[in-house]
Amino acid sequence: MTSSPDSFSLLQRTLHWLMVVMVFAMLFIGVTMVSTLKPRFLALIAIHKPLGIAILVLAVLRLGVRLKRGAPPLPEDLPSTQVLAAKLSHVVLYALLIAMPLIGWGMLSAGGYPIVLFGSLHLPKVLPQNDHLYAFLRTAHTLLAYLFFATILLHAAAALFHALIRRDGVFRAMAGRGI
Amino acid sequence: MSEQPLTPHQVPLSTSAVLGRFALIGGVVFAAALAFAYAGGWLSPGRLTPARMVEALSARGGNPIGHRRNHSKGVCFTGVFDANSAASRFSVAPMLATGRYAVTGRFAIAVGDPDARDVTGRVKSMAIRIVAPDGQEWRSGMNNSPVFVVSNPRDFYALTIAQDIDPTSGKPDPAAIKHFFATHPQSAPFAEWAQSAPWTVSFADQTYNSLNAFRFIDAAGDSHLVRWSMKPTIPPASVPHDALAKLEPNFLESDLNGRLAQGALTWNLIVTFAAPGDSSNDATKAWPPGRQEIDAGTLIVQKAEAEADGPCRDINYDPTILPNGIAVSDDPLLAARSAAYARSFDLRTAESADYPRAASATGDHR
Repeated sequence: MTSSPDSFSLLQRTLHWLMVVMVFAMLFIGVTMVSTLKPRFLALIAIHKPLGIAILVLAVLRLGVRLKRGAPPLPEDLPSTQVLAAKLSHVVLYALLIAMPLIGWGMLSAGGYPIVLFGSLHLPKVLPQNDHLYAFLRTAHTLLAYLFFATILLHAAAALFHALIRRDGVFRAMAGRGI
Repeated sequence: MSEQPLTPHQVPLSTSAVLGRFALIGGVVFAAALAFAYAGGWLSPGRLTPARMVEALSARGGNPIGHRRNHSKGVCFTGVFDANSAASRFSVAPMLATGRYAVTGRFAIAVGDPDARDVTGRVKSMAIRIVAPDGQEWRSGMNNSPVFVVSNPRDFYALTIAQDIDPTSGKPDPAAIKHFFATHPQSAPFAEWAQSAPWTVSFADQTYNSLNAFRFIDAAGDSHLVRWSMKPTIPPASVPHDALAKLEPNFLESDLNGRLAQGALTWNLIVTFAAPGDSSNDATKAWPPGRQEIDAGTLIVQKAEAEADGPCRDINYDPTILPNGIAVSDDPLLAARSAAYARSFDLRTAESADYPRAASATGDHR
Protein backbone atom coordinates (compact mmCIF):
# COMPACT_ATOMS: atom_id res chain seq x y z
CA MET A 1 0.00 0.00 0.00
CA THR A 2 1.56 3.27 -1.11
CA SER A 3 -1.03 5.54 0.41
CA SER A 4 -0.41 8.34 2.83
CA PRO A 5 -2.89 9.58 5.40
CA ASP A 6 -3.55 12.49 3.04
CA SER A 7 -4.89 10.26 0.33
CA PHE A 8 -7.24 7.34 -0.22
CA SER A 9 -5.50 3.99 -0.66
CA LEU A 10 -4.99 2.52 -4.10
CA LEU A 11 -7.70 -0.05 -3.32
CA GLN A 12 -10.12 2.69 -2.30
CA ARG A 13 -9.36 4.76 -5.38
CA THR A 14 -9.68 1.74 -7.67
CA LEU A 15 -13.01 0.80 -6.14
CA HIS A 16 -14.25 4.38 -6.37
CA TRP A 17 -13.47 4.91 -10.04
CA LEU A 18 -14.60 1.42 -11.04
CA MET A 19 -17.90 2.06 -9.31
CA VAL A 20 -18.23 5.48 -10.94
CA VAL A 21 -18.37 3.69 -14.27
CA MET A 22 -20.63 0.91 -13.03
CA VAL A 23 -23.13 3.15 -11.25
CA PHE A 24 -23.31 5.62 -14.12
CA ALA A 25 -23.91 2.73 -16.51
CA MET A 26 -26.52 1.33 -14.15
CA LEU A 27 -28.49 4.57 -13.84
CA PHE A 28 -28.43 5.20 -17.59
CA ILE A 29 -29.39 1.60 -18.35
CA GLY A 30 -32.22 1.80 -15.84
CA VAL A 31 -33.72 5.01 -17.13
CA THR A 32 -33.33 3.87 -20.75
CA MET A 33 -34.85 0.44 -20.35
CA VAL A 34 -38.03 1.63 -18.68
CA SER A 35 -38.66 4.03 -21.54
CA THR A 36 -38.19 1.78 -24.54
CA LEU A 37 -40.06 -1.02 -26.33
CA LYS A 38 -37.13 -1.73 -28.63
CA PRO A 39 -35.08 -4.95 -28.64
CA ARG A 40 -32.39 -3.20 -26.60
CA PHE A 41 -34.79 -3.49 -23.65
CA LEU A 42 -33.91 -7.15 -23.24
CA ALA A 43 -30.16 -6.59 -23.51
CA LEU A 44 -30.30 -3.72 -21.01
CA ILE A 45 -32.32 -5.60 -18.43
CA ALA A 46 -30.01 -8.61 -18.81
CA ILE A 47 -27.07 -6.34 -17.89
CA HIS A 48 -28.95 -4.41 -15.20
CA LYS A 49 -29.47 -7.37 -12.84
CA PRO A 50 -25.97 -8.87 -12.62
CA LEU A 51 -24.39 -5.41 -12.70
CA GLY A 52 -26.54 -4.40 -9.75
CA ILE A 53 -25.45 -7.44 -7.78
CA ALA A 54 -21.80 -6.73 -8.65
CA ILE A 55 -22.25 -3.18 -7.33
CA LEU A 56 -23.77 -4.56 -4.13
CA VAL A 57 -20.76 -6.86 -3.56
CA LEU A 58 -18.26 -4.08 -4.28
CA ALA A 59 -20.18 -1.57 -2.15
CA VAL A 60 -20.09 -3.86 0.87
CA LEU A 61 -16.37 -4.44 0.31
CA ARG A 62 -15.82 -0.72 -0.06
CA LEU A 63 -17.76 0.16 3.06
CA GLY A 64 -15.65 -2.35 4.97
CA VAL A 65 -12.43 -0.79 3.67
CA ARG A 66 -13.72 2.68 4.47
CA LEU A 67 -14.67 1.75 8.03
CA LYS A 68 -11.32 0.02 8.57
CA ARG A 69 -9.04 2.55 6.94
CA GLY A 70 -11.07 5.73 7.09
CA ALA A 71 -10.76 8.74 4.79
CA PRO A 72 -8.28 11.58 4.62
CA PRO A 73 -9.34 14.53 6.75
CA LEU A 74 -11.11 17.40 5.07
CA PRO A 75 -9.25 20.75 4.99
CA GLU A 76 -9.40 22.49 8.33
CA ASP A 77 -10.62 25.74 6.81
CA LEU A 78 -13.60 24.12 5.05
CA PRO A 79 -16.80 25.84 6.26
CA SER A 80 -18.80 23.66 8.61
CA THR A 81 -21.84 23.63 6.30
CA GLN A 82 -19.67 22.19 3.53
CA VAL A 83 -18.22 19.62 5.94
CA LEU A 84 -21.74 18.62 6.91
CA ALA A 85 -22.82 18.44 3.25
CA ALA A 86 -19.79 16.31 2.41
CA LYS A 87 -20.41 13.86 5.25
CA LEU A 88 -24.15 13.68 4.62
CA SER A 89 -23.76 13.13 0.88
CA HIS A 90 -21.25 10.35 1.51
CA VAL A 91 -23.68 8.63 3.88
CA VAL A 92 -26.42 8.94 1.23
CA LEU A 93 -24.14 7.57 -1.49
CA TYR A 94 -23.05 4.57 0.57
CA ALA A 95 -26.63 3.92 1.67
CA LEU A 96 -27.88 4.00 -1.93
CA LEU A 97 -25.01 1.87 -3.25
CA ILE A 98 -26.16 -0.86 -0.90
CA ALA A 99 -29.91 -0.16 -0.80
CA MET A 100 -30.58 0.09 -4.55
CA PRO A 101 -29.43 -3.46 -5.43
CA LEU A 102 -31.18 -4.83 -2.34
CA ILE A 103 -34.42 -3.04 -3.28
CA GLY A 104 -34.11 -4.36 -6.83
CA TRP A 105 -33.56 -7.87 -5.55
CA GLY A 106 -36.41 -7.60 -3.06
CA MET A 107 -38.71 -6.03 -5.65
CA LEU A 108 -38.19 -8.90 -8.12
CA SER A 109 -38.77 -11.37 -5.29
CA ALA A 110 -42.02 -9.67 -4.22
CA GLY A 111 -43.11 -9.51 -7.87
CA GLY A 112 -42.73 -13.27 -8.23
CA TYR A 113 -40.02 -12.92 -10.85
CA PRO A 114 -37.15 -15.38 -11.09
CA ILE A 115 -33.90 -13.54 -10.34
CA VAL A 116 -31.66 -14.60 -13.19
CA LEU A 117 -28.01 -13.52 -13.24
CA PHE A 118 -26.61 -15.59 -16.10
CA GLY A 119 -28.14 -18.66 -17.77
CA SER A 120 -29.33 -20.98 -15.05
CA LEU A 121 -27.57 -19.00 -12.27
CA HIS A 122 -30.36 -17.65 -10.09
CA LEU A 123 -30.43 -15.77 -6.82
CA PRO A 124 -32.86 -16.93 -4.15
CA LYS A 125 -36.00 -14.92 -3.49
CA VAL A 126 -35.50 -12.75 -0.44
CA LEU A 127 -39.11 -11.67 0.07
CA PRO A 128 -42.47 -13.43 -0.28
CA GLN A 129 -44.58 -12.64 -3.34
CA ASN A 130 -46.84 -9.71 -2.44
CA ASP A 131 -48.37 -7.09 -4.71
CA HIS A 132 -48.32 -4.27 -2.13
CA LEU A 133 -44.71 -4.93 -1.27
CA TYR A 134 -43.80 -5.11 -4.96
CA ALA A 135 -45.56 -1.83 -5.76
CA PHE A 136 -43.86 -0.08 -2.84
CA LEU A 137 -40.38 -1.32 -3.72
CA ARG A 138 -40.87 -0.68 -7.43
CA THR A 139 -41.74 2.96 -6.74
CA ALA A 140 -38.88 3.27 -4.25
CA HIS A 141 -36.44 1.87 -6.83
CA THR A 142 -37.38 4.62 -9.29
CA LEU A 143 -37.48 7.52 -6.83
CA LEU A 144 -34.22 6.52 -5.14
CA ALA A 145 -32.58 6.20 -8.57
CA TYR A 146 -33.41 9.85 -9.21
CA LEU A 147 -32.11 10.77 -5.75
CA PHE A 148 -28.98 8.73 -6.49
CA PHE A 149 -28.34 10.52 -9.78
CA ALA A 150 -28.94 13.95 -8.18
CA THR A 151 -26.60 13.14 -5.29
CA ILE A 152 -23.92 11.95 -7.70
CA LEU A 153 -24.19 15.20 -9.65
CA LEU A 154 -23.88 17.16 -6.42
CA HIS A 155 -20.92 15.04 -5.38
CA ALA A 156 -19.24 15.54 -8.77
CA ALA A 157 -19.88 19.29 -8.64
CA ALA A 158 -18.38 19.45 -5.16
CA ALA A 159 -15.36 17.41 -6.25
CA LEU A 160 -14.78 19.78 -9.17
CA PHE A 161 -15.24 22.74 -6.85
CA HIS A 162 -12.41 21.33 -4.73
CA ALA A 163 -10.29 20.54 -7.77
CA LEU A 164 -10.75 23.75 -9.73
CA ILE A 165 -11.64 26.48 -7.29
CA ARG A 166 -10.52 25.59 -3.78
CA ARG A 167 -7.59 23.49 -5.06
CA ASP A 168 -7.26 22.08 -1.56
CA GLY A 169 -6.17 18.50 -2.27
CA VAL A 170 -9.59 16.93 -1.63
CA PHE A 171 -9.99 15.94 -5.27
CA ARG A 172 -6.40 14.76 -5.53
CA ALA A 173 -6.95 12.48 -2.52
CA MET A 174 -9.32 10.41 -4.67
CA ALA A 175 -7.93 11.15 -8.12
CA GLY A 176 -4.44 10.01 -7.22
CA ARG A 177 -1.10 11.71 -7.25
CA GLY A 178 -0.89 12.13 -11.00
CA ILE A 179 -3.54 14.80 -11.02
CA MET B 1 9.32 11.17 -3.76
CA SER B 2 8.16 13.04 -0.70
CA GLU B 3 4.53 14.02 -0.28
CA GLN B 4 3.62 17.54 -1.22
CA PRO B 5 1.79 19.18 1.66
CA LEU B 6 -1.75 19.93 0.57
CA THR B 7 -1.71 23.67 0.98
CA PRO B 8 -4.95 25.28 -0.11
CA HIS B 9 -5.33 28.27 -2.37
CA GLN B 10 -1.77 28.07 -3.72
CA VAL B 11 -2.18 30.84 -6.28
CA PRO B 12 -5.17 33.13 -5.95
CA LEU B 13 -7.54 32.95 -8.92
CA SER B 14 -8.82 36.08 -10.60
CA THR B 15 -12.53 36.72 -10.36
CA SER B 16 -13.00 35.92 -14.03
CA ALA B 17 -11.12 32.64 -13.60
CA VAL B 18 -13.35 31.71 -10.67
CA LEU B 19 -16.46 32.51 -12.70
CA GLY B 20 -15.13 30.57 -15.67
CA ARG B 21 -14.42 27.55 -13.51
CA PHE B 22 -17.86 27.71 -11.89
CA ALA B 23 -19.33 27.85 -15.39
CA LEU B 24 -17.31 24.78 -16.34
CA ILE B 25 -18.60 22.87 -13.31
CA GLY B 26 -22.14 23.95 -14.08
CA GLY B 27 -21.67 22.87 -17.68
CA VAL B 28 -20.48 19.39 -16.67
CA VAL B 29 -23.43 18.89 -14.32
CA PHE B 30 -25.89 20.23 -16.88
CA ALA B 31 -24.50 17.99 -19.63
CA ALA B 32 -24.81 14.92 -17.41
CA ALA B 33 -28.37 15.82 -16.45
CA LEU B 34 -29.23 16.42 -20.10
CA ALA B 35 -27.81 13.04 -21.13
CA PHE B 36 -29.85 11.37 -18.37
CA ALA B 37 -33.01 13.14 -19.50
CA TYR B 38 -32.34 12.07 -23.08
CA ALA B 39 -31.79 8.45 -22.05
CA GLY B 40 -35.05 8.50 -20.12
CA GLY B 41 -36.99 9.79 -23.11
CA TRP B 42 -38.00 13.11 -21.53
CA LEU B 43 -36.54 14.98 -24.48
CA SER B 44 -38.25 12.73 -27.05
CA PRO B 45 -42.02 13.15 -26.77
CA GLY B 46 -42.43 11.01 -29.89
CA ARG B 47 -40.72 7.98 -28.36
CA LEU B 48 -42.99 4.95 -28.08
CA THR B 49 -42.52 4.12 -24.42
CA PRO B 50 -44.06 1.28 -22.42
CA ALA B 51 -46.10 3.93 -20.60
CA ARG B 52 -47.61 5.25 -23.86
CA MET B 53 -48.30 1.76 -25.14
CA VAL B 54 -50.06 0.75 -21.93
CA GLU B 55 -51.98 4.02 -21.80
CA ALA B 56 -53.34 3.32 -25.27
CA LEU B 57 -54.26 -0.24 -24.27
CA SER B 58 -56.10 1.13 -21.22
CA ALA B 59 -58.41 3.33 -23.30
CA ARG B 60 -60.38 0.64 -25.16
CA GLY B 61 -63.46 0.85 -22.93
CA GLY B 62 -64.44 -0.33 -19.48
CA ASN B 63 -62.36 0.27 -16.40
CA PRO B 64 -59.13 -1.72 -16.38
CA ILE B 65 -57.69 -0.06 -13.26
CA GLY B 66 -56.20 -2.81 -11.09
CA HIS B 67 -56.31 -5.26 -13.99
CA ARG B 68 -54.02 -6.34 -16.81
CA ARG B 69 -54.18 -3.71 -19.52
CA ASN B 70 -54.53 -6.28 -22.27
CA HIS B 71 -56.17 -9.70 -22.13
CA SER B 72 -57.86 -7.97 -19.22
CA LYS B 73 -60.59 -10.56 -18.61
CA GLY B 74 -59.35 -13.96 -17.57
CA VAL B 75 -59.43 -16.91 -15.21
CA CYS B 76 -56.60 -18.70 -13.39
CA PHE B 77 -55.79 -22.38 -13.64
CA THR B 78 -53.32 -24.78 -12.09
CA GLY B 79 -52.02 -28.10 -13.28
CA VAL B 80 -48.88 -29.88 -14.36
CA PHE B 81 -46.75 -30.20 -17.44
CA ASP B 82 -45.90 -33.85 -18.03
CA ALA B 83 -42.77 -33.76 -20.18
CA ASN B 84 -41.70 -36.78 -22.22
CA SER B 85 -38.12 -35.65 -23.00
CA ALA B 86 -38.70 -35.78 -26.79
CA ALA B 87 -37.55 -32.14 -27.03
CA SER B 88 -34.54 -32.61 -24.73
CA ARG B 89 -32.31 -33.34 -27.69
CA PHE B 90 -32.94 -29.78 -28.87
CA SER B 91 -33.06 -27.86 -25.60
CA VAL B 92 -31.46 -28.25 -22.19
CA ALA B 93 -34.50 -26.58 -20.55
CA PRO B 94 -35.05 -28.58 -17.35
CA MET B 95 -38.83 -28.76 -17.82
CA LEU B 96 -38.42 -30.57 -21.15
CA ALA B 97 -36.70 -33.51 -19.43
CA THR B 98 -38.98 -36.37 -18.40
CA GLY B 99 -40.94 -35.34 -15.35
CA ARG B 100 -43.96 -33.49 -14.03
CA TYR B 101 -43.62 -29.78 -13.41
CA ALA B 102 -46.01 -27.42 -11.65
CA VAL B 103 -47.98 -25.04 -13.88
CA THR B 104 -49.81 -21.86 -12.96
CA GLY B 105 -51.73 -20.47 -15.89
CA ARG B 106 -54.43 -18.17 -17.11
CA PHE B 107 -57.04 -18.25 -19.85
CA ALA B 108 -58.17 -14.88 -21.14
CA ILE B 109 -59.75 -12.98 -23.97
CA ALA B 110 -57.78 -10.25 -25.72
CA VAL B 111 -59.88 -7.29 -24.65
CA GLY B 112 -59.12 -4.14 -22.66
CA ASP B 113 -62.24 -4.23 -20.51
CA PRO B 114 -62.14 -6.72 -17.61
CA ASP B 115 -65.97 -6.75 -17.62
CA ALA B 116 -66.35 -7.35 -21.35
CA ARG B 117 -68.87 -9.93 -22.53
CA ASP B 118 -67.10 -13.14 -23.54
CA VAL B 119 -68.72 -12.97 -26.96
CA THR B 120 -66.50 -9.98 -27.75
CA GLY B 121 -63.35 -12.04 -27.33
CA ARG B 122 -62.28 -12.95 -30.81
CA VAL B 123 -58.78 -13.84 -29.62
CA LYS B 124 -58.51 -16.26 -26.74
CA SER B 125 -55.26 -16.81 -24.90
CA MET B 126 -53.47 -19.20 -22.62
CA ALA B 127 -50.61 -18.05 -20.42
CA ILE B 128 -48.49 -20.55 -18.53
CA ARG B 129 -45.67 -20.59 -16.05
CA ILE B 130 -43.85 -23.91 -15.78
CA VAL B 131 -41.49 -24.16 -12.82
CA ALA B 132 -38.53 -26.55 -12.76
CA PRO B 133 -37.25 -28.07 -9.52
CA ASP B 134 -34.19 -25.79 -9.60
CA GLY B 135 -36.43 -22.71 -9.68
CA GLN B 136 -36.00 -21.90 -13.37
CA GLU B 137 -39.19 -20.75 -15.05
CA TRP B 138 -40.69 -20.89 -18.50
CA ARG B 139 -43.41 -18.32 -19.01
CA SER B 140 -45.36 -18.17 -22.21
CA GLY B 141 -48.34 -16.20 -23.42
CA MET B 142 -50.07 -17.85 -26.38
CA ASN B 143 -53.04 -16.89 -28.55
CA ASN B 144 -55.52 -19.01 -30.49
CA SER B 145 -54.85 -17.12 -33.71
CA PRO B 146 -52.33 -18.86 -35.99
CA VAL B 147 -50.43 -15.60 -36.53
CA PHE B 148 -50.16 -12.29 -34.72
CA VAL B 149 -51.87 -9.21 -36.09
CA VAL B 150 -48.69 -7.09 -36.48
CA SER B 151 -44.96 -7.67 -36.64
CA ASN B 152 -43.65 -4.72 -34.64
CA PRO B 153 -44.57 -2.48 -31.68
CA ARG B 154 -45.20 0.65 -33.82
CA ASP B 155 -47.95 -1.12 -35.75
CA PHE B 156 -49.36 -2.58 -32.56
CA TYR B 157 -49.58 0.92 -31.12
CA ALA B 158 -51.33 2.18 -34.26
CA LEU B 159 -53.83 -0.69 -34.07
CA THR B 160 -54.45 -0.03 -30.37
CA ILE B 161 -55.05 3.66 -30.97
CA ALA B 162 -57.53 2.67 -33.68
CA GLN B 163 -59.41 0.59 -31.09
CA ASP B 164 -59.49 3.33 -28.46
CA ILE B 165 -62.79 4.84 -27.40
CA ASP B 166 -63.59 8.10 -29.13
CA PRO B 167 -64.44 10.48 -26.27
CA THR B 168 -67.17 12.21 -28.31
CA SER B 169 -69.08 9.08 -29.35
CA GLY B 170 -68.08 6.84 -26.43
CA LYS B 171 -67.26 4.12 -28.94
CA PRO B 172 -64.29 3.12 -31.05
CA ASP B 173 -64.31 4.56 -34.54
CA PRO B 174 -65.02 1.66 -36.95
CA ALA B 175 -63.42 3.64 -39.76
CA ALA B 176 -60.15 3.76 -37.82
CA ILE B 177 -59.93 -0.03 -37.63
CA LYS B 178 -60.83 -0.33 -41.31
CA HIS B 179 -58.19 2.21 -42.16
CA PHE B 180 -55.61 0.31 -40.10
CA PHE B 181 -56.18 -2.97 -41.94
CA ALA B 182 -56.34 -1.21 -45.29
CA THR B 183 -52.95 0.36 -44.71
CA HIS B 184 -51.23 -2.63 -43.08
CA PRO B 185 -51.18 -5.49 -45.59
CA GLN B 186 -49.01 -7.54 -43.21
CA SER B 187 -52.08 -7.85 -40.98
CA ALA B 188 -54.16 -9.56 -43.71
CA PRO B 189 -53.46 -13.18 -42.59
CA PHE B 190 -54.68 -12.32 -39.10
CA ALA B 191 -57.72 -10.46 -40.43
CA GLU B 192 -58.61 -13.42 -42.61
CA TRP B 193 -58.43 -15.76 -39.61
CA ALA B 194 -60.52 -13.35 -37.50
CA GLN B 195 -63.23 -13.26 -40.16
CA SER B 196 -63.34 -16.95 -40.99
CA ALA B 197 -62.28 -19.02 -37.98
CA PRO B 198 -65.13 -20.82 -36.22
CA TRP B 199 -66.22 -19.45 -32.85
CA THR B 200 -66.48 -21.85 -29.95
CA VAL B 201 -67.98 -21.76 -26.49
CA SER B 202 -64.83 -22.92 -24.73
CA PHE B 203 -61.23 -22.25 -23.84
CA ALA B 204 -60.76 -26.03 -23.78
CA ASP B 205 -61.00 -26.78 -27.50
CA GLN B 206 -58.62 -24.14 -28.75
CA THR B 207 -55.02 -24.35 -30.01
CA TYR B 208 -52.80 -21.73 -28.41
CA ASN B 209 -49.76 -20.60 -30.39
CA SER B 210 -46.53 -18.94 -29.26
CA LEU B 211 -46.72 -16.75 -32.41
CA ASN B 212 -43.22 -15.36 -31.84
CA ALA B 213 -40.25 -17.53 -32.70
CA PHE B 214 -37.78 -18.62 -30.04
CA ARG B 215 -34.51 -20.52 -29.98
CA PHE B 216 -33.99 -23.88 -28.37
CA ILE B 217 -30.38 -24.35 -27.26
CA ASP B 218 -29.16 -27.95 -27.05
CA ALA B 219 -26.43 -29.49 -24.91
CA ALA B 220 -23.82 -28.79 -27.59
CA GLY B 221 -24.80 -25.12 -27.59
CA ASP B 222 -26.46 -25.31 -31.01
CA SER B 223 -29.51 -23.17 -31.58
CA HIS B 224 -32.78 -24.30 -33.19
CA LEU B 225 -35.43 -21.83 -34.33
CA VAL B 226 -38.83 -22.93 -33.03
CA ARG B 227 -42.40 -21.93 -32.40
CA TRP B 228 -44.71 -23.89 -30.15
CA SER B 229 -48.38 -24.60 -29.75
CA MET B 230 -50.65 -26.10 -27.13
CA LYS B 231 -52.94 -28.41 -29.11
CA PRO B 232 -56.16 -29.51 -27.38
CA THR B 233 -56.97 -33.20 -27.14
CA ILE B 234 -60.64 -32.54 -27.92
CA PRO B 235 -61.92 -31.27 -31.27
CA PRO B 236 -63.23 -27.71 -31.51
CA ALA B 237 -67.03 -27.48 -31.43
CA SER B 238 -68.07 -24.65 -33.69
CA VAL B 239 -70.91 -22.41 -32.46
CA PRO B 240 -72.44 -19.60 -34.52
CA HIS B 241 -71.52 -16.16 -33.24
CA ASP B 242 -75.23 -15.20 -32.95
CA ALA B 243 -75.75 -18.11 -30.59
CA LEU B 244 -72.80 -17.03 -28.43
CA ALA B 245 -74.25 -13.53 -28.21
CA LYS B 246 -77.32 -14.99 -26.47
CA LEU B 247 -75.23 -16.68 -23.77
CA GLU B 248 -74.49 -15.20 -20.37
CA PRO B 249 -71.56 -12.75 -20.32
CA ASN B 250 -69.09 -15.11 -18.61
CA PHE B 251 -69.82 -18.29 -20.56
CA LEU B 252 -66.13 -19.12 -21.01
CA GLU B 253 -65.42 -19.32 -17.28
CA SER B 254 -68.65 -21.26 -16.70
CA ASP B 255 -67.75 -23.69 -19.47
CA LEU B 256 -64.25 -24.16 -18.02
CA ASN B 257 -65.56 -24.80 -14.51
CA GLY B 258 -68.15 -27.23 -15.87
CA ARG B 259 -65.58 -29.22 -17.81
CA LEU B 260 -63.05 -29.30 -14.97
CA ALA B 261 -65.76 -30.60 -12.62
CA GLN B 262 -65.85 -33.67 -14.93
CA GLY B 263 -62.07 -34.11 -15.03
CA ALA B 264 -58.79 -32.59 -16.18
CA LEU B 265 -58.32 -30.95 -19.58
CA THR B 266 -55.24 -31.70 -21.64
CA TRP B 267 -53.17 -30.13 -24.37
CA ASN B 268 -50.08 -31.44 -26.16
CA LEU B 269 -47.09 -29.13 -26.39
CA ILE B 270 -46.13 -29.27 -30.05
CA VAL B 271 -42.77 -27.74 -30.93
CA THR B 272 -42.36 -26.76 -34.60
CA PHE B 273 -38.88 -26.40 -36.08
CA ALA B 274 -38.20 -23.78 -38.72
CA ALA B 275 -36.83 -24.71 -42.11
CA PRO B 276 -34.21 -22.50 -43.72
CA GLY B 277 -35.88 -19.30 -44.88
CA ASP B 278 -38.69 -19.36 -42.32
CA SER B 279 -39.08 -16.00 -40.64
CA SER B 280 -37.62 -15.62 -37.16
CA ASN B 281 -38.77 -12.04 -36.68
CA ASP B 282 -42.20 -11.72 -38.25
CA ALA B 283 -45.09 -13.08 -36.22
CA THR B 284 -47.60 -12.15 -38.94
CA LYS B 285 -46.24 -14.92 -41.17
CA ALA B 286 -47.19 -18.53 -40.58
CA TRP B 287 -44.50 -21.08 -41.29
CA PRO B 288 -45.53 -23.31 -44.18
CA PRO B 289 -46.97 -26.72 -43.30
CA GLY B 290 -44.72 -29.77 -43.33
CA ARG B 291 -42.21 -28.52 -40.79
CA GLN B 292 -40.72 -30.98 -38.33
CA GLU B 293 -42.86 -31.18 -35.21
CA ILE B 294 -42.23 -32.76 -31.83
CA ASP B 295 -44.77 -33.57 -29.14
CA ALA B 296 -42.81 -32.50 -26.07
CA GLY B 297 -45.35 -33.43 -23.42
CA THR B 298 -48.82 -32.93 -22.05
CA LEU B 299 -50.24 -29.96 -20.21
CA ILE B 300 -52.80 -31.19 -17.70
CA VAL B 301 -55.12 -28.47 -16.44
CA GLN B 302 -56.70 -29.62 -13.20
CA LYS B 303 -58.30 -26.67 -11.47
CA ALA B 304 -59.66 -23.23 -12.32
CA GLU B 305 -59.93 -20.32 -9.91
CA ALA B 306 -61.37 -16.84 -10.26
CA GLU B 307 -58.64 -14.35 -11.03
CA ALA B 308 -59.43 -11.91 -8.19
CA ASP B 309 -58.11 -14.36 -5.62
CA GLY B 310 -56.37 -16.81 -7.91
CA PRO B 311 -52.72 -17.79 -8.21
CA CYS B 312 -52.26 -16.18 -11.64
CA ARG B 313 -53.39 -12.74 -10.52
CA ASP B 314 -49.95 -11.42 -9.60
CA ILE B 315 -47.90 -13.25 -12.20
CA ASN B 316 -46.52 -11.29 -15.13
CA TYR B 317 -46.61 -13.75 -18.03
CA ASP B 318 -43.63 -12.13 -19.70
CA PRO B 319 -42.69 -14.39 -22.62
CA THR B 320 -39.01 -13.51 -22.26
CA ILE B 321 -38.80 -15.21 -18.85
CA LEU B 322 -37.19 -18.38 -20.10
CA PRO B 323 -35.10 -21.19 -18.67
CA ASN B 324 -31.57 -21.88 -19.74
CA GLY B 325 -32.02 -23.79 -23.01
CA ILE B 326 -34.69 -21.50 -24.46
CA ALA B 327 -33.84 -18.01 -25.72
CA VAL B 328 -35.62 -15.20 -27.50
CA SER B 329 -35.32 -14.82 -31.26
CA ASP B 330 -34.76 -11.51 -33.01
CA ASP B 331 -38.54 -10.91 -33.16
CA PRO B 332 -38.96 -7.26 -32.07
CA LEU B 333 -42.33 -8.02 -30.50
CA LEU B 334 -40.69 -10.01 -27.70
CA ALA B 335 -38.82 -7.07 -26.17
CA ALA B 336 -41.91 -4.89 -26.64
CA ARG B 337 -44.13 -7.46 -24.92
CA SER B 338 -41.68 -7.75 -22.03
CA ALA B 339 -41.40 -3.98 -21.58
CA ALA B 340 -45.14 -3.34 -21.88
CA TYR B 341 -46.16 -6.26 -19.64
CA ALA B 342 -43.76 -4.94 -16.99
CA ARG B 343 -45.42 -1.53 -17.16
CA SER B 344 -48.89 -3.09 -16.92
CA PHE B 345 -47.73 -5.21 -13.96
CA ASP B 346 -46.27 -2.16 -12.20
CA LEU B 347 -49.55 -0.30 -12.64
CA ARG B 348 -51.90 -3.04 -11.58
CA THR B 349 -49.92 -4.08 -8.50
CA ALA B 350 -49.99 -0.44 -7.37
CA GLU B 351 -53.75 -0.33 -8.04
CA SER B 352 -54.69 -3.55 -6.29
CA ALA B 353 -57.11 -1.72 -3.98
CA ASP B 354 -59.25 -1.12 -7.10
CA TYR B 355 -59.51 -4.87 -7.73
CA PRO B 356 -60.47 -6.40 -4.38
CA ARG B 357 -59.52 -9.95 -3.64
CA ALA B 358 -62.65 -12.05 -3.36
CA ALA B 359 -61.83 -13.47 0.08
CA SER B 360 -61.09 -10.13 1.67
CA ALA B 361 -64.08 -8.52 -0.04
CA THR B 362 -66.54 -11.06 1.36
CA GLY B 363 -64.68 -11.47 4.64
CA ASP B 364 -64.74 -15.27 4.52
CA HIS B 365 -61.88 -17.83 4.50
CA ARG B 366 -60.94 -17.33 8.12
